[in-house]
Amino acid sequence: MEILIEDHQMLLNSATGYLAKKQSVAAFRALRDGDEPLGYDATAYRQMADLGWMGLVLPEEYGGSDFGYRAAGLIAEQMGRNLTAMPFVSTAILSATILREIGGDMLTEWGMKIAMGECVVALAIDEGAKHRPGQIKTQAVRDGDGYLLSGDKSFIADGMGADRLIVSAMLEGELTLFWLDPLEACFGTSCCDIAPQKLLDHRNYASFYIKNCRLNENTLIAKGEVAEKALAKALCAGRAVVAAEQLGMAKECAARTVEYLNTRKQFGVLIGVFQTLQHRMAHLYCEIEQTSSLVAQALNAIDENAEECEKLSRAAKAKVAKLGKLATEEAVQMHGGIGMTDELDLGLFMKRDRVLTEFLGDAACHIEWLLREQKI
Amino acid sequence: MDLSFSAEEEAFRGEVQAFLKEKLRPELSAKMKLGGAPSKAEMEEWHALLNERGWLANHWPKEYGGAGWTPVKKFIFELESELAFAPRIVPFGVSMLAPVLIKYGSDAQKKHWLPRILDGSDWWCQGYSEPGAGSDLASLKTSAVREGDHYIVNGQKAWTTMAQHADMIFCLVRTSKEGKRQEGISFLLIDMKTAGIDVKPVITIEGGHEVNEVFFTDVKVPIENLVGEENKGWTYAKYLLTYERTNIAGIGGSIALLGHLKQAARKRKKHGKPLLDEPYFAARVARVEIALENMKTTNLRVLADVAAGGAPGAESSLLKIKGTVIYQELTSLMRRAMGAYAAPYFPEAADEGFNGQVGPDEALHAAEDYFNHRKLSIFGGSNEIQRNIVSKMMLGL
Ligand SMILES: Cc1cc2nc3c(=O)[nH]c(=O)nc-3n(C[C@H](O)[C@H](O)[C@H](O)COP(=O)(O)OP(=O)(O)OC[C@H]3O[C@@H](n4cnc5c(N)ncnc54)[C@H](O)[C@@H]3O)c2cc1C
Repeated sequence: MEILIEDHQMLLNSATGYLAKKQSVAAFRALRDGDEPLGYDATAYRQMADLGWMGLVLPEEYGGSDFGYRAAGLIAEQMGRNLTAMPFVSTAILSATILREIGGDMLTEWGMKIAMGECVVALAIDEGAKHRPGQIKTQAVRDGDGYLLSGDKSFIADGMGADRLIVSAMLEGELTLFWLDPLEACFGTSCCDIAPQKLLDHRNYASFYIKNCRLNENTLIAKGEVAEKALAKALCAGRAVVAAEQLGMAKECAARTVEYLNTRKQFGVLIGVFQTLQHRMAHLYCEIEQTSSLVAQALNAIDENAEECEKLSRAAKAKVAKLGKLATEEAVQMHGGIGMTDELDLGLFMKRDRVLTEFLGDAACHIEWLLREQKI
Repeated sequence: MDLSFSAEEEAFRGEVQAFLKEKLRPELSAKMKLGGAPSKAEMEEWHALLNERGWLANHWPKEYGGAGWTPVKKFIFELESELAFAPRIVPFGVSMLAPVLIKYGSDAQKKHWLPRILDGSDWWCQGYSEPGAGSDLASLKTSAVREGDHYIVNGQKAWTTMAQHADMIFCLVRTSKEGKRQEGISFLLIDMKTAGIDVKPVITIEGGHEVNEVFFTDVKVPIENLVGEENKGWTYAKYLLTYERTNIAGIGGSIALLGHLKQAARKRKKHGKPLLDEPYFAARVARVEIALENMKTTNLRVLADVAAGGAPGAESSLLKIKGTVIYQELTSLMRRAMGAYAAPYFPEAADEGFNGQVGPDEALHAAEDYFNHRKLSIFGGSNEIQRNIVSKMMLGL
């Protein structure tokens, strides 16, 4: 049902081919079982950059391809289908979008590095169990020509081993973004430390606390309205691209379930002949198609810089949370006992889905925003 | 009984509450409250305390060491135990095998096995399902061939809960390939230590180990371990499936979990206000609370029917479907209430002295509990199969 422009179709084809071969669910499982501390394969990260995926939303003069967010969503969807673990959303979407919005020397220097797959940049905004980017407790104060930073951040995707962290804080009552080099921050001392957070999806997450950590003048990359705008755009992009990833996961769970209904026999027949299961799969199919439309619409709106991109990205993230739950629960249920096992991949999808639902805000968070801001 | 308990039943409820207060270790109930699974030692400890009081085999006739309780009393006991976060009685020996032995076993079998269930000498597991025989149990293939005074058993059982702890397994095996599939099945008791038995762990999605695969290669089983008659095992298995299923909805567990959820959601703040005051969340909690209250009345109606001499037939399917859906929704809400605090993965959280948690205590097992309880709608006859039973038995479709 998808109608794609030629460039997107080519990109999609290369993504399906590459991921199936190099970054399938089996590759993720190997990472998990090997307890790989980074949570991803650094060599594959470079390959992904060679394919041009890290620079999809960066302008051409900074090493990117400027293919845009819809294209990035197509890649994310395939990553979802394969449970590919890569610092794609953290670096190529969230951080790259912030750099792009800010522009200037930062973009010149770091845009290129991101596009080349030479660095990982993680966004540190969350401070507790729920995503509340607008309620930040982390504080910065001026200290001579620099700043002193204090606060806690948690659930930082790809935060361990990241080359840089973009940290949100309040300075003089205004939202401010700092560009933190973990090697220069005082991590490891008694007042500041960074530690891995092991989540259900076995990816790379970090949390840190920091107290009066001294930062140089040039670590402040945006403040006030500039910071607000850059973060808002990045979050729109992040929500829509994560929604695409979750959509891919839902599609994969549905596809695997259809296949199972066509192979598993009980009572002498394929279980797929039972109408109750057929109708539920049909319902899931409809939900997947509806969600696909919404995700595509949100991604297009971001590409077009349309005003409704915030509304649409939130709606998409909320909708996909429901879809992901439905798809993974139905998949497990229709597989019966085998669906409950770690050996089958469905549990991996289910756990990743729940983590992504919380990441960048759950359905309630976005529905509430829609009710409040849109006066529905 | 009407839809309320008699004075005598209310007095009995007080007795149960007093027992729980006196005997249930607070550390154990605290662990259960947070969704932790009891260890084998803790289950044994609880069984021993119940047995001492004569309440372990509460529904067995008195002559076999049971308490001879009515279904209503049994219901009250289970409800109160769940409300107090006591471990459940492990059903395999006490509630699944024993009723079959009592009805169909030989005197020698009853004399030998029943006391051993009571005093905990034998832990039993249930060997029904196979990789190819789940919902369609009658298609099972594990075979038992008579050779002299033994059966030689070959095949594989799947999803065997607690086989890793079990001393004995009761199995459905194929003793004949003639006639209807149901008519070639026998009910065998097998010692897990017999040569040729291999138990392989199966890890479930939340990372736990409660189910296993059990392989049988030329396993010698003495013929005195056959229960009842050869090729009549299906009848016995079916008897077991309709026996005492009046608490299958697990109302007590759901009421307890709802209370726990509300407490946790009152403590957690959203925009400075208790999460429980947030309309979107509160509506979901209210919906499940209404369903649960409703379910309780339905359960009491079924009990009243049984007390008046009816047998719980397809009503137990209704209880199972509704009860499991409610419990699953509660675990889902608990996980949602904890947000990302429910996302950390700590397989070691069940270990003594674990202190690596993030967020409040309630978050510790919230995710694990949710993932693990996906099983409720799959095992014990999946909810789809239960709906088939309702369609056929209650609606004649
Ligand atoms: C955690 C856990 C513990 C268990 N413990 C034990 C144990 O101790 N001992 C034991 O013997 N077994 C045990 N089981 C096995 C359990 O009873 C089976 O998993 C269950 O009967 C389903 O069988 P299956 O897994 O083969 O699924 P299948 O029968 O293959 O079913 C797959 C899907 O098809 C659906 N389906 C099948 N037939 C129909 C139909 N006619 N109409 C509509 N839908 C249908 C099912 O509902 C399910 O959704 C356990 C299972 C689990 C998950």
